[in-house]
Amino acid sequence: MSITLDSKTPTGPLAQQWDTHRFNLKLVNPANKRKFKVIVVGTGLAGGSASATLAELGYDVHTFCFQDSPRRAHSIAAQGGINAAKNYQNDGDSVYRLFYDTIKGGDYRARESNVYRLAQVSTSIIDQCVAQGVPFAREYGGNLSNRSFGGAQVSRTFYARGQTGQQLLLGAYSALSRQVGLGTVKMHNRSEMLDLVMVNGHARGIVTRDLVSGKIETFAADAVVLATGGYGNVFFLSTNAIGSNVTATWRAHKRGALFANPCYTQIHPTCIPVSGDHQSKLTLMSESLRNDGRVWVPLEKADVGKDPRQIPEAKRDYYLERIYPAFGNLVPRDIASRAAKRMCDEGRGVGPGGLGVYLDFSDAIKRVGKHVISERYGNLFEMYQRITDESPYEVPMRIYPAVHYAMGGLWVDYNLMSNLPGLHVIGEANFSDHGANRLGASALMQGLADGYFILPYTIGNYLATSGQKKVTGDEPEFKAAVADVQKRVASLLAVKGKRSPSSFHRELGKLMWDNCGMARNAKGLQEALDRIPSLREEFWGNLNVLGDGDSYNVALEKAGRVADFMEFAELLCRDALTREESCGGHFREEYQSETGEAERNDEKFTYVAAWNYTGDVSKPELIKEPLIFEEVHPSTRSYK
Amino acid sequence: MNLTLKIWRQKDKATPGKFETYDAKDISPDMSFLEMLDVVSERAQANGQEPCAFDHDCREGICGMCSLVINGVPHGPEAATTTCQLHMRKFKDGDNIVIEPWRASAFPVLRDLVVDRSAFDRIQQKGGFVSINTGGTPDGNAIPISKKEADLAMDAASCIGCGACVAACKNASAMLFVGAKVSQYMHLPQGQAERSRRVLAMVEQHDAEGFGACSNFQECEAVCPKEISVRVIAEMNRDYLRAALVGTDA
Repeated sequence: MSITLDSKTPTGPLAQQWDTHRFNLKLVNPANKRKFKVIVVGTGLAGGSASATLAELGYDVHTFCFQDSPRRAHSIAAQGGINAAKNYQNDGDSVYRLFYDTIKGGDYRARESNVYRLAQVSTSIIDQCVAQGVPFAREYGGNLSNRSFGGAQVSRTFYARGQTGQQLLLGAYSALSRQVGLGTVKMHNRSEMLDLVMVNGHARGIVTRDLVSGKIETFAADAVVLATGGYGNVFFLSTNAIGSNVTATWRAHKRGALFANPCYTQIHPTCIPVSGDHQSKLTLMSESLRNDGRVWVPLEKADVGKDPRQIPEAKRDYYLERIYPAFGNLVPRDIASRAAKRMCDEGRGVGPGGLGVYLDFSDAIKRVGKHVISERYGNLFEMYQRITDESPYEVPMRIYPAVHYAMGGLWVDYNLMSNLPGLHVIGEANFSDHGANRLGASALMQGLADGYFILPYTIGNYLATSGQKKVTGDEPEFKAAVADVQKRVASLLAVKGKRSPSSFHRELGKLMWDNCGMARNAKGLQEALDRIPSLREEFWGNLNVLGDGDSYNVALEKAGRVADFMEFAELLCRDALTREESCGGHFREEYQSETGEAERNDEKFTYVAAWNYTGDVSKPELIKEPLIFEEVHPSTRSYK
Repeated sequence: MNLTLKIWRQKDKATPGKFETYDAKDISPDMSFLEMLDVVSERAQANGQEPCAFDHDCREGICGMCSLVINGVPHGPEAATTTCQLHMRKFKDGDNIVIEPWRASAFPVLRDLVVDRSAFDRIQQKGGFVSINTGGTPDGNAIPISKKEADLAMDAASCIGCGACVAACKNASAMLFVGAKVSQYMHLPQGQAERSRRVLAMVEQHDAEGFGACSNFQECEAVCPKEISVRVIAEMNRDYLRAALVGTDA
């Protein structure tokens, strides 16, 4: 059974599409909204804002998170800022420019209509957050402050010190808390979604495990919203939180939801390099640092081990400024990451293992003074010093790229609904707006756009038109899903082998980073595709999870997530192998120019790769959604 | 480095817990404290012992999920640092390290070092917000806010809700946590409409959860990983007094 994808993309002039589309959406009568129950899984920017807004509209909302409080979701760690086309700085920004920058930054692998809508609603997000009491940075005159960020040539990024994600998330959390207090949202903390329940071809509920008691429960609803974030932890080491995982979206995929563009993973250029085998995660240093820091490596290999302060100016290679004079240190993330890798591959990398480049603030300190740099980046410098024991005021920082964000995710149409009726996917968990590469300060924008201003309208259309009977949770489909989950938990406990879940996760992550990381090639990907199934086999034959399923069991939680990564990793590599071009975060070594720049193949690959689960994780079916560009002309991204 | 750990182990809320001793051998000074615990847990697991449960998530000092009282000090010996950002170079070879959960009756232990902090959520639900719905808000620049006030609001808003303030306080008071939220909104024009109602409702819930009163020892400020100043408690007390005298309409 093959699937035909309908993106429900509106027609007509781009600027009016969202307006027209909203008008055509069916509405739910205000008095009837409380009769519709909506499940939201995840409480980051997308899930938190969607839960609050749906409850304000009158829906009966049930929200789930695996952390101890909705305020912990990993959106909280975003540092740099949030983009919006306000043009407050009078520097020529506009909705159209933000749209253009985003679609170009995504290497022309996103839908025009989605990206335009994102740029349109960006301005409302700022107004909303200000009204909630989010303490954005201000100028002395009292107006909102902006900075230029991550490859943008206008200042459109709003920020709250280096804690923008935290402040926006706490804003959404405050709105959510208000609704919980009013009794319109029922919050389920420390509760992990382990399966999706389909009834009559529609998504009607979820199966969860209470992480404290171990109890397996079902929840029935009229629609399900997944806001469960990205899958970067398939690489084991990433900037994601330790708990971030692919389980909810992967379980939905195995119930029929298409997984789109999994090979589009973003490698962030400014992270603290790995210090040893014990490392459990990588820490991001906001790329706002590149506004004042200059990136360099020694010109000659012989200088690699020297104290950087002793290397004279003439012996330094400020390679970003040299190769990309127009954008310099501010080139987009994928470009900066690959350039750092090239320098290290040439043997000019610094620090342990030669996997690092310098980010130097000495010129900026000379220019504006230490106090100004401290005001701008003080908290980041302190964080760096705590981890590395070196002061960036004295010695240049060492940075290296690390896995950061997943552009791929579950396929959704213009209404943010997956191919499974009733299953909506928002924020990083979907694939929709960033194409093959996300620009800095755009993740917060997309999460809040989806949750505050898009899903609350589009989900109404589904609820008003789905025509499904109410379900109670007693239907055979629910019982079957519970039985599946119980069996799965029992089988993880039953292996009784020798190796911990973490040791498997580490091995899988290393394989993925080596063969499917910053640069990929057919041979390496094929090797990964050969090795993942045998690693998975070893996992199911030699896993060791102590304790039982009826109590708080951290090893069991971890094992379930690793089991899903073991399957998902194969799909990611297969997607990367199939996409025989280099675009955005996906770089295939076979497809590059003489100077090492990425080469797209628009003729063959201007499509979304949506993968269908066929019952065998090694044999997924590829379904293509062609991307049509009517407004912009895909060109080679040049930042030179 | 080689260390000896005494870790609190407790099966669940109902079962009494006890300290168990673990040898932590060959620990790298570059490890974070939680990475050290990962390594010790991994080794214990290989010997048939269930890994020790502790709360953690972002491991970059911002989500507020990690906790741990380390040698009697919430988040350990380094000032302005969460446990996940504490590194082993702050300890010496041969050290004994005692690791306990947050101790407060309002934070019951769920397992080992994991406590239930949902009381903080319930306090927030009583008034830690501006009562506006999504949409229909004025332009972001329509309300000018002086840089000074915005900075004061931001200082308070940087609270990560970890609960170290409670763990450090001999009264298990959460006044620093409540004060931080009250102060954030107090310094912003958006927070004025509900100013009195907010402070009364949040303090009432704080007391109902079983947190104690503040007796100005300022231990909370000393351990706060985000260096929230006790100024926010003073501001909250002043606002509380004012609201209690003049009522919620003022």
